[in-house]
Amino acid sequence: MAYFAQQAVNAISLGFLYALIALGYTMVYGVLTMINFAHGDLFMLGAFICLLLVTFSPIALPFPILLVLVMLIIGGLGGLIERLAYRPLRDAPRVSAVITALGCGLVISNTTLSISPYSRAMPEVFNDQYFNVFGVGISTLQMLIIGVSLALMIGLDALIQKSRFGMALRAVAFDARSAPLMGISVNRIISLTFLIGTGLGGAAGMLYGMAFPVISASMGVLVGWKAFIAAVIGGIGNIRGAVLGGFILGTVEIFSVATLPSTYRDLISYSLLLVILIFKPYGILGRAPNIKV
Amino acid sequence: MKSLLIVIGCCGGLLLSGCGKSEGPSVKVGLNVELTGDIPAVGASARNAAELYAAQVNAAGGVAVGKDKLPLRLIVGDNAAKAEQAAAVAQRLIGQDNVVAMIGPDASACAIPASEIAESLKCPMISPWSTNPKTTLSATDGSPKDYVFRACFTDTFQAGVLAKFARNHLNAQTAAVLYDVASEAPNGQAMLFRETFEEAGGQIVAFETFTTGDRGFSAQLTKIKAANPDVIFLPTYYSDVPLIAQQARRLGITAPFIGSDAWSSPEIVKLGKEEIEGSYFCNHYSTQIATPEAKKFMEDYRAKYGQDPDDVAALTYDAVGLLVEAIQSADRLDREAIRDALANIPQFEGVTGKMQFQPGSGDPIKSAVILQIKDGKFHWVANATP
Repeated sequence: MAYFAQQAVNAISLGFLYALIALGYTMVYGVLTMINFAHGDLFMLGAFICLLLVTFSPIALPFPILLVLVMLIIGGLGGLIERLAYRPLRDAPRVSAVITALGCGLVISNTTLSISPYSRAMPEVFNDQYFNVFGVGISTLQMLIIGVSLALMIGLDALIQKSRFGMALRAVAFDARSAPLMGISVNRIISLTFLIGTGLGGAAGMLYGMAFPVISASMGVLVGWKAFIAAVIGGIGNIRGAVLGGFILGTVEIFSVATLPSTYRDLISYSLLLVILIFKPYGILGRAPNIKV
Repeated sequence: MKSLLIVIGCCGGLLLSGCGKSEGPSVKVGLNVELTGDIPAVGASARNAAELYAAQVNAAGGVAVGKDKLPLRLIVGDNAAKAEQAAAVAQRLIGQDNVVAMIGPDASACAIPASEIAESLKCPMISPWSTNPKTTLSATDGSPKDYVFRACFTDTFQAGVLAKFARNHLNAQTAAVLYDVASEAPNGQAMLFRETFEEAGGQIVAFETFTTGDRGFSAQLTKIKAANPDVIFLPTYYSDVPLIAQQARRLGITAPFIGSDAWSSPEIVKLGKEEIEGSYFCNHYSTQIATPEAKKFMEDYRAKYGQDPDDVAALTYDAVGLLVEAIQSADRLDREAIRDALANIPQFEGVTGKMQFQPGSGDPIKSAVILQIKDGKFHWVANATP
């Protein structure tokens, strides 16, 4: 019993991390129908920025300030990439934008690699405590990650559903050509979307680096792909879908290891995801795009 | 003064990674190493040690071939710790740069494909650190390759040493294994450990895997915890060990960890903290029981690079040493003659101990050591002879 409870805790903390990264992919896709393949690398950079801030800050920065700084820096960088690399290609064929995104990702990861070819140990941002509740281990860090992720997700959902910015964002996502006729500045909305989406990626990178405190330039690759898959499963472009997809992927991964030989983990989890896509080609919460005549 | 200039010239040439053309004849040796990718510390150590050896031999006049003494020139290629790139680098070094022999690659995942190229192009290759048995064996019929050698012991030997250590020294009845199923060396070490541990009367209670790039191991470790082993074998590279150890301790696993030579980079104690304290691993040499040659090497290395040489550095130094001895005894720059000379070296006194190639094989007969991580340092515990 304690065994499955522990595995459930493992699944929830992994699911939250996947969900948080998947949110960034899905936001950008929802507005631009473009997959930002540099997201995994900005995620990695989030962890490195946190490391730099902790190492070089003259005073010990508390966790909330660190988180906000990392989100601002990575978000700013994401906005800059959008302005410099993606905006000139907005009317170009989709494949050009995808290749540009891959290129941006390679530039980021290889720049990091040239500065820090070695894996680095992430310093402790706060004093982590470990609890044992009826044989199930959970740490304050895990709880913090769950709390912060939950707060960011709920905040994002409220922002999109309730605020004026959210309304404008949904309008741009619905029809980017008609939105300006309603007085919406499309460029500003897209820039802000990038800022928020990549900022969330940076936050996820920082939390991931704290949870798994050996960080390297290649850490974003695998987890970036997994989060992208989670976003697709949930229905890419759909915020709640990304969270759902992250949870499904995390749970399937953990419980396939928990019950079967771990060598089959990826085979089982990705076969199952393929089956989901056969029955729900646009993801669980996704909708088929409106084709305009 | 002139020799000093040659040394400086050589080092300059190395920096340009073989782009520049050197004047006059030289002994060109290819270095196929992991400078970038997941284990850059390995590539850096290998390059440092090879450059140190080249600088020393060139300062002493060079490599004696016939009547001449020729400078040793290294041509460095980065294989990024990737199999396909290691093969491409081997192709380039042997085919285009025309090296007389190749040192490296070090990771078995790279060394195995590169060894196929070296064998088919009939160019001697010495892998300093690849312990996987497949490196020196033919992929088709399992017979020893003619042109491929290594300066280290094999995983078959290492797994036996560790299994016996776990059984006899740690009194372990049961063991768990967690390893990267997508990586060649860990894969082989895990299988061989399971075999030898069971042969020695032990029982494997959990045999779990992950894939390269994974950071979270909670599911596998929760399973291992439920199996309650006496010892946990982690044949993974130094960058994964601290993460696994930390997550294991947090889940309340108290069993000691043992590891393979893939642990031996000093980076491991920078990345890991108290969680890896007390763990044991098998290694190629220890700085604490060094011979006078080894002491001199350690001093020179420290003077030049400001850090202690790890086992990759020591083995690379020995690999280049073996090659230079073979070239001098062959007395000509001919790949086949060098290969024959290498196979017939009577006994080589290296930094990592005495070694000699088994007849008809590229695997040397040599001993291993068991080290323990204590206070952030590696401490010698035991010797293991073949």
